[in-house]
Amino acid sequence: MRNGYKAGFVLLVTLLLFAVGTHLYSNEDMWFQAMVYLALAQGINILYGFTGYLPFGYVGFFGTGAYAASLYMTDFHLNPIVAILGGGVTALIVGLLLSPLLRLSGAYFSIGSLAASQMIYYTVSNPALQAVTNGPYGMNLEAFYNPAESYTVMLVILAFTLAATAYLRYSRMGLALRATREDAVSAAMAGIPVVRMRITAWLLSATIAGLVGGAFAWHISVFYPNTVFDLNVSIFAIVFTLFGGGASLLGPIIGMVVLYGLYNWIGISAPQYFQLIYGVLIVMLVLFLPNGIMSLFRKKGYDVP
Amino acid sequence: MVAYTILSGLLFGLYFSLMAIGLNLIFGVMRMVNLAHGDFIMLGAFAAFFAYTLWNMNPLVTMVFVFFLFILLGGALYYLVVPRLLRAQDPEMLSLILFFGLSQVIQALAVIAFGNNQRSIDYTALGSGTVFLFGQGFEESWVVVAAVSLLAIILVSIYLYATKLGVATRAVMNHREEAASAGISVHRVSAYAMGIGLALAAIAGVFSPFMIGSIDPTMGTDLTTTSFAIIIIGSLGNPIGTVVGGMIYGLSLMYMESYQPSWSSLVPYLLLFIILLLKPSGLLGRRMRNA
Repeated sequence: MRNGYKAGFVLLVTLLLFAVGTHLYSNEDMWFQAMVYLALAQGINILYGFTGYLPFGYVGFFGTGAYAASLYMTDFHLNPIVAILGGGVTALIVGLLLSPLLRLSGAYFSIGSLAASQMIYYTVSNPALQAVTNGPYGMNLEAFYNPAESYTVMLVILAFTLAATAYLRYSRMGLALRATREDAVSAAMAGIPVVRMRITAWLLSATIAGLVGGAFAWHISVFYPNTVFDLNVSIFAIVFTLFGGGASLLGPIIGMVVLYGLYNWIGISAPQYFQLIYGVLIVMLVLFLPNGIMSLFRKKGYDVP
Repeated sequence: MVAYTILSGLLFGLYFSLMAIGLNLIFGVMRMVNLAHGDFIMLGAFAAFFAYTLWNMNPLVTMVFVFFLFILLGGALYYLVVPRLLRAQDPEMLSLILFFGLSQVIQALAVIAFGNNQRSIDYTALGSGTVFLFGQGFEESWVVVAAVSLLAIILVSIYLYATKLGVATRAVMNHREEAASAGISVHRVSAYAMGIGLALAAIAGVFSPFMIGSIDPTMGTDLTTTSFAIIIIGSLGNPIGTVVGGMIYGLSLMYMESYQPSWSSLVPYLLLFIILLLKPSGLLGRRMRNA
């Protein structure tokens, strides 16, 4: 159980950093976005790290959550926190509807999930649905704008996400998922309910993205369909996870800190150079370090939380 | 209206087949998912643009240069990354990520080199007249591109079915290990397939300003998903099946653009999604993949 303490330590330090971060460095948007990306990266981690399914269309759930939460606020006048929970539930339902995708293997699944997210995007942003979603003109939540409260809500969502990852890292369920990833047939023969396990991880991952999307929508308060369905959101989260290494709590955190730091340093002023760097980084990682930075420590015999 | 929709759907279908066939060749031979496919199309488009604006070169001439250039490029790329990738635990999945990274690199370099502006080529570069087919008038450039696409597809079929290297290529597609043990140089065959695959993508790119519209460095991502939709409809790993996929895609796109224009961008994704869920092996696929 000593390992569990290590994970708890990582979790607490991370949350503490975000709780006091705005007092250390006053750019609140940067801290908020870092939380968004970290939670999304852990959401990818729960699916990709533990089951091997890489969802390129992960942003579909993020955008679904953002739109659903916004509509619950503007059209049904719900309290923002209830609306965000509603966003999570909506993403869960969409995940349930899309769960047949899990029948596909490897690359087919990735491309299928990409197609699904583009379908949601083109439907939401369609001018024909302007009466419902305001089509390409986006959403406006200025009446609910509250940066301090939305920051706290995001912190709670992040805490939930990190706890879920830490649980998977050390529980029997996480072990079963990893066994399924390595060899689904042997895992099934060892009595693991493969399909149910995978669907659970998929739905958990979808719900997280929906909650994060809702909190993001509330915090930013004015957004367009191409903001919350931007493929780069998936890409960032995937790269952070790959860089650090999946199936661990620490991997995506390290990936986020290093790469998001890099992004803030050069990415905002010269996005194409940043894109170049992370493109090269991905290629190098796949060729030389396919299990991420953390695998270097694992090789040395150190148990990464 | 109906005749026009069907005929233009077929013309565009031929072009879309050309656009996707290279992706399918690469997947069929080495089980690598080339997520940078659309970016090679983009490079072809910029080659055509600069050749036309700087030297007033006819795209049909540019096509020939581009073809040989990208065969060399593809061969080099193959030896650089693929043998190493094939030794990994899960090459198919890793190739997806690797080529995704490559796609980011190409897009970033293209933005740095060409800027972020939309460009277009004078559409009369491939002929300015109107061609009448079955009583319907079409832009001459569409007909020229469709004819070239048809020729390219026929040449690919001849390569695969009537040349020694092509027969070896099909052997590798069917069973890699058996082909190797029968004395086929798998690496050489695969390097050619990679080269030809990228070259076909680049050729499709040369004509994209006439069929798809203005070009920019980030156009590749959408083209990659479109190409995937087409080859999955036709069945992965069967280059000739791509023609069926291209036709179905071309016809449904033209139908939507004529009758439901605001929903037409949904078409490739919807088709891809339906086919993946109903018949992941594609319309012409024989074997089920492990699902």
